[in-house]
Amino acid sequence: MKPPATAEIPALEIERIGHRYGTRVALNDVSLSVGQSSFTVLLGLNGAGKSTLFSLITRLYAIRSGRIRIFGHDVAAEPGAALSMLGVVFQSRALDLDISVRQNLMYHAALHGISGRQADPLIAQVLDRVAMTDRSRDRVGNLSIGQMRRIEIARALLHRPRLLLLDEPTVGLDIKARADILDHVRRLSTVEGIGVLWATHLIDEAGADDDVVVLHKGRVLAQGALGEVVGKSGGADLRDAFGRLTGAADQRELEATA
Amino acid sequence: MTAAASTIKKHSFSPAQYFICLKGIVWREGLRFIHQRERFISALVRPLVWLFIFAAGFRQVLGLSIIPPYETYVLYEVYIAPGLIAMIQLFNGMQSSLTMVYDRETGGMRTLLVSPFPRWWLLTSKLLAGTLVSVLQAYAFLLIAWFWEIEPPPLGYLTLLPALLLSGFMLGALGMLISSLIKQLENFAGVMNFVIFPMFFASSALYPLWRVKESSPLLYYVCELNPFTHATELIRFALYEQVNWISLAVVVGCTALFLFGAIVAYDPARGFLARRNAPAG
Repeated sequence: MKPPATAEIPALEIERIGHRYGTRVALNDVSLSVGQSSFTVLLGLNGAGKSTLFSLITRLYAIRSGRIRIFGHDVAAEPGAALSMLGVVFQSRALDLDISVRQNLMYHAALHGISGRQADPLIAQVLDRVAMTDRSRDRVGNLSIGQMRRIEIARALLHRPRLLLLDEPTVGLDIKARADILDHVRRLSTVEGIGVLWATHLIDEAGADDDVVVLHKGRVLAQGALGEVVGKSGGADLRDAFGRLTGAADQRELEATA
Repeated sequence: MTAAASTIKKHSFSPAQYFICLKGIVWREGLRFIHQRERFISALVRPLVWLFIFAAGFRQVLGLSIIPPYETYVLYEVYIAPGLIAMIQLFNGMQSSLTMVYDRETGGMRTLLVSPFPRWWLLTSKLLAGTLVSVLQAYAFLLIAWFWEIEPPPLGYLTLLPALLLSGFMLGALGMLISSLIKQLENFAGVMNFVIFPMFFASSALYPLWRVKESSPLLYYVCELNPFTHATELIRFALYEQVNWISLAVVVGCTALFLFGAIVAYDPARGFLARRNAPAG
């Protein structure tokens, strides 16, 4: 099935996804979408289900109920097509520390069927984009955590994905490095038109122009442009809105079990 | 963005791209191998300890008759050398597969599995890469063993290569399968006790099976059914420029079986990844 090549196809479309570990429900009827060139912040506390959702999008876990499409390609039915449009920065470190930045990127290129000759200009380009060109020959183990994150972002961009997923990308970074990375990635979505799904528990990482999805205990409580979400909740700002939304949900849960 | 529209197309890789992917995985394993010298040295020390100490102590105890592929009486050291090569591959297979399991939730395995190539191809490439490392280790062992008067015919070193590739592949696939199926074996001690030791001792690696038969017919049958026996015999015969057809058939069959099992185990829809509990997040 060939999806029509229109601009309306969301970069990522998640439809009624559910997932459980044994009896524990990790995700319950989750639906959300990330538009092309949208910077969407997936906001949730630890344990909200963000990492599970990422494992499902990247096909690490099988999708049991619901559908996930990347530019119209169903992850379960056409994993190759879906994954080739996807760049991922995982929460845990995913670089080989013993080898150089360039060697890490070369390996990633090979995993996408990109030959060494084709990879060279791409590597130069992505390193330039994250301002790490001069470190290409350095051993990854010699870089700071912030620099490693930038390399991971560069790597995720190497095969020119149209959708970028980042799972808590600023964990362990200082304020300056955090701002740098946010800035880099936000620019990618506005300048390059890449759809970004940025998962975080840090409310202040959401910017005024971003889209927001509030995930709490496996459920989507609100989604839309940041202004809308705040407005609908009746909160003063996003932090307030988040508190009201999750508080109300917890209250409902409490009443239901009582 | 026009790029967005142009990337929405039917996706497929050419055979050349499959090869690029394979080459990249092998190349990375090679780089890791170069950088992890301790791993290489410990993989080499283990069989050498057996050769230098165990075999030296045992040579007077155990009398060997002339059995194929040997044409004369051989020293005990010469007899166990192929078994020790197989042991190198057994350890290597278990170790690299365990690393895969440890890597599962961390980045290494995820990086591999989010590649758009089919998963069977990624896993097969990974196995091949691990096998090539074990082949290097085996030849390094043989080089040192040569100074210990283990001197197979020169051509034997060449005929050994296909046998090593095959047995390495089988043991690597077995490791991948075991580590994906059995949760209790997630630490290396468990694998040592329940996989490596039984396989190694209940095989023809340390003693010819006719001697086992004399003491316990049951154990003899267990040894005969042990794929590791056949990996050892395949290597032993190949080292003396011969083919043990039965062992070849068993090793090929087991390789296919284990590899198929491992691919199923790593299939997101059926395999262990789906069953396991994930960390909250």
